[in-house]
Amino acid sequence: MSAIWVVIEERDGRVSRISWEAVAAGQKLAALTGLAANAVVIGAQTEPLATEVASKALGKVVRVEHTLLAAYTADGFTLALQQFIEAEKPDYVVFPHTYQVRDYAPKLAARLGQVLIGDVTAFAEGPVFVRQLMQGRLNGSYRHSGSGPCFVSVQAGAFRADEVHAGAGAVTVFTPTIEHAQIRTKPSERFRGAAQTVDLGSAQMIVGVGRGIKDPANLPIAQELATALGAELGASRPICDNGWLPMERQIGSSGQTISPKLYLAVGISGAIQHLVGIKGSQCVVAINKDPDAPIFEVADYGIVGDLMEVVPALTEALKAAKQ
Amino acid sequence: MKIIVAIKQVPERDAQVRIDAAGKWIEESGLQYALNESDAYALEEALQLKEKHGGEVVVLTAGPERVGPTIREALAKGADRAIHIDCADLGNRDALGVAKLLAAAVKPENPDLVLTGLQSDDLGLGQTGVILAELLGLPHSSLILHVEKTDTGLTVKRELEEGWFRTIELPLPAVLTIQSGGNKLRYATLMGIKRAKTKEVRTVTAAELAVDSVPVAVLERVALPQKQKSTQILPGNPKEAAAALVDKLKFEARVL
Repeated sequence: MSAIWVVIEERDGRVSRISWEAVAAGQKLAALTGLAANAVVIGAQTEPLATEVASKALGKVVRVEHTLLAAYTADGFTLALQQFIEAEKPDYVVFPHTYQVRDYAPKLAARLGQVLIGDVTAFAEGPVFVRQLMQGRLNGSYRHSGSGPCFVSVQAGAFRADEVHAGAGAVTVFTPTIEHAQIRTKPSERFRGAAQTVDLGSAQMIVGVGRGIKDPANLPIAQELATALGAELGASRPICDNGWLPMERQIGSSGQTISPKLYLAVGISGAIQHLVGIKGSQCVVAINKDPDAPIFEVADYGIVGDLMEVVPALTEALKAAKQ
Repeated sequence: MKIIVAIKQVPERDAQVRIDAAGKWIEESGLQYALNESDAYALEEALQLKEKHGGEVVVLTAGPERVGPTIREALAKGADRAIHIDCADLGNRDALGVAKLLAAAVKPENPDLVLTGLQSDDLGLGQTGVILAELLGLPHSSLILHVEKTDTGLTVKRELEEGWFRTIELPLPAVLTIQSGGNKLRYATLMGIKRAKTKEVRTVTAAELAVDSVPVAVLERVALPQKQKSTQILPGNPKEAAAALVDKLKFEARVL
């Protein structure tokens, strides 16, 4: 039963955006390999999700359903999908690369003697799967070798949700055998961190600070630039990890997603976790001493230099332009 | 509590990346190496748990001879002893292959808890800890920011996307992958550096662990990424570049 199966994840009861991107990736892989693309939804009540997915060009949609799958657990999802995969024997299993998938897909693959090729940004003939290495400074091309299914997860934004072809899939149900005692972890309901008082999401101008600032004593020069621009101050993860700026100012996959008119990245190298958070920015400016920093791959304008000199000069230039 | 912390030595963050002659990895000669960042947070979590509950912290790493200074750094920060899996061909093994090495070394130790960073800064696979749990038959949780010992096991705080979190209870023994930022990292003290010199580092070769090394996921070649946008780099001294940038933002991008 050669096929590609895309594992769908829900967000607030609907198919998540990145799951549609995974469907697009599955359909692209189908075109590349000549195999059929199908989808699997997993949970305790999957009918609405299955109906939503079945409107797209997928051969089959399977509801992997069990009361013990109501809340996500690595044990439960691994067991359920292991049984499904052993029954279905797919060639490829495609996941959206989410925090949840990162928690169980490597385990599932290992149980079946396989290795997840994770966080993939592109496919090529072969098929060859491209993923980033060295914090985005390099691309690596991976090939699956050996027998058994090939597990792939795709990076958020790497494939386009609006390129999913419409169609009609046939929905069936698969009931895995899961015992209560096999689920060893007990998750709570999700909760938000400290109340968010800084809304970077709707800010029009943002200055982001990264590791390049070197010392918290240097933060005022970034703050002065932000003030001159009328911008909010944000930061990459390491700055917040160090406690130099509060967590609520963090931009990226684990922090806030921004879509300003102007994003000015100061001393930010551009790790993927940060770049996914700034994708919606209309204009990106990078100031960095390293001309090879990945941030320059997404920047419209760049200044290569010492931020301790460039930032104050830019603040002065902005003030002068306003007069 | 006996805690094993699996750590990795990776190229230093600012290291110049040059592709090697075979086009399969980076040129390693002349590279500076450091302790992987999230592994440093895993070590910190282990040291804090030991300070609160007693026990032992054992660091475990796989790699060639050059990992020595990274092991000493972990011992200087407070780990009690170390196990070094001497392995010159780490790069030829995939995540499952590396996890098999680590699992073979962990098993005879029977730890209460295994910690590791959530991902390495070089390959960025983010899978080793999760696979290790599967190979050891232990429950796990990943992307953990906070760990609390309870009467029945652990309560941990897991990071989710976009500022959400989840609390998870799990029994011991268990495996956790630690996210950066949950604790403040300590520096090694002079006394710690001195003591590290006398702490036990047991070396075991990959061959002695007798695990297969045939990769399923094969890295065939590496390349520099193609630019998504054509970036205009503004030349000149800081003052000139700044003035040119303001001009561009005003009249070309029209965002000022």
